[in-house]
Amino acid sequence: MSVAPTGRVIVVGASAAGLAAAETLRGEGYTGTITLIGDEPTAPYDRPPLSKEILSGWSPDRLPLRAPADLDVLDLDARYGCEATGVNISESTVLLADGTEVPYDGLIVATGVRPRVLPGTPAHVLRTLDDALALKDRLGLGRTLAVVGAGFLGAEAASVAADLGTRVTLLEPAPVPLAHAVGEDVGRVLAQVHLDHGVDLRTGTGVSEVVPGGVRLDDGSVVEADTVLVAVGSRPNTEWLTSSGLTLDDGLVCDEFCAAAPGVYGAGDVARWHNPLFGTSMRIEHRTNATEQGVAAARNLLGAQRPFAPVPYFWSDQYDLKIRAYGHLRGHDEMRIAEGSLEERKFTAVYRTADRLTGVLSVGMSPKGVLAWRRSIALRARWQDAVPASSAGMAR
Amino acid sequence: MHVEVDVPRCVASGQCVLLAPDVFDQRDEDGLVVLLNENPPAELHDAVRESATVCPAAAIRLEEA
Ligand SMILES: Cc1cc2nc3c(=O)[nH]c(=O)nc-3n(C[C@H](O)[C@H](O)[C@H](O)COP(=O)(O)OP(=O)(O)OC[C@H]3O[C@@H](n4cnc5c(N)ncnc54)[C@H](O)[C@@H]3O)c2cc1C
Ligand code: SF4
Repeated sequence: MSVAPTGRVIVVGASAAGLAAAETLRGEGYTGTITLIGDEPTAPYDRPPLSKEILSGWSPDRLPLRAPADLDVLDLDARYGCEATGVNISESTVLLADGTEVPYDGLIVATGVRPRVLPGTPAHVLRTLDDALALKDRLGLGRTLAVVGAGFLGAEAASVAADLGTRVTLLEPAPVPLAHAVGEDVGRVLAQVHLDHGVDLRTGTGVSEVVPGGVRLDDGSVVEADTVLVAVGSRPNTEWLTSSGLTLDDGLVCDEFCAAAPGVYGAGDVARWHNPLFGTSMRIEHRTNATEQGVAAARNLLGAQRPFAPVPYFWSDQYDLKIRAYGHLRGHDEMRIAEGSLEERKFTAVYRTADRLTGVLSVGMSPKGVLAWRRSIALRARWQDAVPASSAGMAR
Repeated sequence: MHVEVDVPRCVASGQCVLLAPDVFDQRDEDGLVVLLNENPPAELHDAVRESATVCPAAAIRLEEA
């Protein structure tokens, strides 16, 4: 299906994926109305700096994804501070919180995710600019912070907070942080880095609720902290689609073309799509995927019919470490160190799933060198062909 | 078309290099973007536009004539 060049495309969600979709529609010659609907009050801004540069000093005016003049060129019907509350697939309309119903010829869903919360006293989370500014106010010498969850987000926030002199307790239910994502050996290295920077990392420690002045652990004891940041993962923003008839299953379910229904596409953190490169359905909360999928969804809405088969990319900054990963590491069968060493915290780890090279993660290595591994992943290289038998075998 | 890169924003993802290797490169040591051609020829414009759209740090800016 492809939309006529006149009429209207609605993009719901005005962030990385939604903006990339809107920009691509125009770039590919779509001349109809592009209605960009976002419930945040401002034009699209960037999120990765919220747990990094914004906490340590960047001014918020560095966050917008496009300068006002560059947005003007796109000639968008932009509606910020406006929530979409439903979609009527048979009538092809989107319902807005103010009661209006807007007809569309094509629809792109890019509503992202929101943080999971814990029971008890409200605590800080980290998803929006306001969240980051509120947290930033609570960091520094003489302050204490408890971070619940040592995933990438919690680890980044803990690292900036510690660098600013905050006394940080980092609480993680798993025995090794991030083991499900990067494997136990790499997870242990990242855990040790927290300890080296004076962060009180406590693994195997579940938190049951937030209480005034701290958090209560599963064993009933309380960890005291002036400020609590909950970073325990996120939920896709799909409630507004509940009665639409679209398939929802931990995200908006899309095919390999990012299509959820004829003329309806998903992109970014909210979309679960079939990635043919890995032969599996995935939903990825990575910044690069948001823009790449926004581009792919917009092109397919315009009739390109091209499967979206990316090699996912993720980066994270923790203390002085630059972590970069390509591919699909989750559920891997084996990890090997291909270059460098874990002890020096300079290494390239490669990941095997079945008989294929499916992922690579590097710390402190030249990013250009890592691109060669990415290429092998994109070419569906077999493990035995891509990974030299001499690598420092660390089967896991 | 005139291309500008905001190097301090760059997160060294390499997306631009994959899309338009004649226009963008990365430094060996830290992977930050290097602009090879700030006025790329017309046949590269689509790839450069896509680079600007997908750059995960919004570090590439274009002036189109
Ligand atoms: C603090 C932080 C740090 C990060 N760091 C990294 C990193 O280092 N590397 C990396 O790869 N990724 C990182 N990410 C992830 C990356 O930012 C996301 O993958 C990216 O923002 C996803 O973009 P998106 O457009 O799909 O969704 P979002 O950015 O979540 O945008 C969705 C938008 O839709 C709006 N919306 C939701 N429901 C509705 C509705 N019903 N009506 C209207 N609007 C609605 C939301 O308010 C939001 O503005 C980080 C994320 C955060 C929060
Ligand atoms: S795509 Fe953007 S962030 Fe990635 S290397 Fe190029 S300029 Fe840097």
